[in-house]
Amino acid sequence: MSTTAETANSTYLSSFPLGHFGEYGGRFVPEALVAALDELAQMHIQTQADPTFIAELDELHRTYSGRPSIITEAKRFSAYAGGARIILKREDLNHTGSHKINNVLGQALLTKRMGKSRVIAETGAGQHGVATATAAALMGLECVVYMGEEDTKRQALNVARMKLLGAQVVPVTSGSRTLKDAINEAMRDWVTNVADTHYILGTVAGPHPFPTMVRDFHRIIGDEARAQVLELTGKLPDAVLACVGGGSNAIGIFYPFIQDASVRLIGLEAGGDGIETGRHASAISGGRPGVLHGARSYMLQDKNGQTRESHSISAGLDYPGVGPEHSYLHDIGRAEYRPITDKEAMEAFSLLSRTEGIIPAIETAHALAGAMKVGNELGPNSTLLINLSGRGDKDVETAANYFENLKM
Amino acid sequence: MSHLSERLAQLKSENRAAFIAYLPAGFPTVEKSKAAIEVLVKNGVDIVEIGFPYSDPIMDGPIIQEAADIALANGTGASEVLEILGFTTNLKVPAVVMTYWNPIEQYGISKFADAIKSANGSGVITPDLSLEEANPWIRESDRAGINNIFVAAPSSAPERLSQVASACSGFVYAASLMGVTGTRTSVSSSAKDLVSRIRESVQTPVCVGLGVSTPEQAKEVASYADGVIVGSALIRVLLEQPDFETGLKELAVLTKSLAEGIRQAR
Repeated sequence: MSTTAETANSTYLSSFPLGHFGEYGGRFVPEALVAALDELAQMHIQTQADPTFIAELDELHRTYSGRPSIITEAKRFSAYAGGARIILKREDLNHTGSHKINNVLGQALLTKRMGKSRVIAETGAGQHGVATATAAALMGLECVVYMGEEDTKRQALNVARMKLLGAQVVPVTSGSRTLKDAINEAMRDWVTNVADTHYILGTVAGPHPFPTMVRDFHRIIGDEARAQVLELTGKLPDAVLACVGGGSNAIGIFYPFIQDASVRLIGLEAGGDGIETGRHASAISGGRPGVLHGARSYMLQDKNGQTRESHSISAGLDYPGVGPEHSYLHDIGRAEYRPITDKEAMEAFSLLSRTEGIIPAIETAHALAGAMKVGNELGPNSTLLINLSGRGDKDVETAANYFENLKM
Repeated sequence: MSHLSERLAQLKSENRAAFIAYLPAGFPTVEKSKAAIEVLVKNGVDIVEIGFPYSDPIMDGPIIQEAADIALANGTGASEVLEILGFTTNLKVPAVVMTYWNPIEQYGISKFADAIKSANGSGVITPDLSLEEANPWIRESDRAGINNIFVAAPSSAPERLSQVASACSGFVYAASLMGVTGTRTSVSSSAKDLVSRIRESVQTPVCVGLGVSTPEQAKEVASYADGVIVGSALIRVLLEQPDFETGLKELAVLTKSLAEGIRQAR
């Protein structure tokens, strides 16, 4: 099933130099990192065609993280989405509770291949940090996770999980004290320790090869879901929806559908208090192209090119940039990106919990809120595939506070 | 030939290394950063490097981050950087701007090169502009007649190092170690090695930065490099003193002793 998508997709970016998505992507990094990025890019290409590596990763997927993840039809939730047929791709059921493990297991295996003994990671909501700490424990690697001080408070449960897994969690106190600053700090560590350290970047942003490599490790979501939906419904879905912060879960489920022209690809960005308030994290809907964290892409910035702080109730989407492939998909009109406010996301969070018995991550709730809108637009004869990228255990306290405050 | 190249050539004929000092524009304010630059120039600095404060400085350690945050909070942007550049070149000292790439791209590549030239600036150091992405900038800086300076790193393989060094004009910025800016207790042994590796492929002067903070370290580096770049140590003096006037006095003392160290090296 993925052969068709693979063949077709190999031409979709082929007119651009490797690591470029139209004018987006590329590599804007200190020279000290270039040798390591070159090694990583080469290792990625090599292992993509290496049966031993593929088998090793496949076994970890099956016997450790629990792939393939199932799909669930959300029949009661459907009533709130214009009666559209709603199919959830259950990445929340993966070991560690989100899609993040797909990428982390791949990069941890690469780390071993490169002979490095230490991994570092940035984390916002803590899901990528937990996944990295997990893989490091499994493979006997030293692990340091950088996390904005603000986020260590919002996501205290995940901090505790990372520590239990043997990782060192470093609260980052510079700048806005969120994900953007955690990435800065991880980059500084990497520049210093690149000889024995691999930086497991958690999203499809950053310098080449990260956007391509992280996408390739997550496309399994879309490859599986495409086959599962075809089997269940006998046809392709009308739209595929996913939340977009950096955009890793979205690109993972979108990618195998890119050549399916009839399938709309819809990314839901964090609209925070609303785009018009300026307090949001919607890089595409409310930003413009620039260079951040090693790549050119849409981003939030002021007239001097200084990165603007993002705002979202969801720590995992609270990032002023977005992966370069999304910027390209937006510009060529293949994917659409819409903002979802905190309020809309929290309504969807509550609804899915009450109608389906599934508490989603607040990040994921943005995709569900998008599904409610798109379902109403497309009507009851439509089928929507939604990437349920993570579970909401980590968000229980944030949600409780949010709904408690509403009552006052 | 830029003022920068002229000064480096002149110092070479005098058989001594250049003292290059870095300060972020607008730190702690626009006027005070001008006063600090005057102190640097009066006390033996040969070339001034003006930092464009940036929100996400991944090549910088905590001292420069803190100074940049202060400058940004004061509203320092491109016009302030260019104003301070003009002020500096009026002191008859060659000056370059060091900036991360996005501020250039947002200002407009061609317009930025012209603005540097108009302020009599000699060139621009771009620490995160990888060679693969640098062609538009090299084209525009050549057209405007300013130098483009890239940072070379110890990790680069010979062929790559030669490419980076060949792309530089004015001087090659050799990063003394694998890491970010900041003060260190000793200068890494990789610095000397890197300088000689660079000289195998180009005639361009090679200046060493990252971690040079004491007169002894400056003297050591000045014995083999064409220039010694000091930043964090100077900024730290201004950050640590309770008031700016005392800071300037301390800055004068440190600058003078660094300049002496460099002059005694050969």
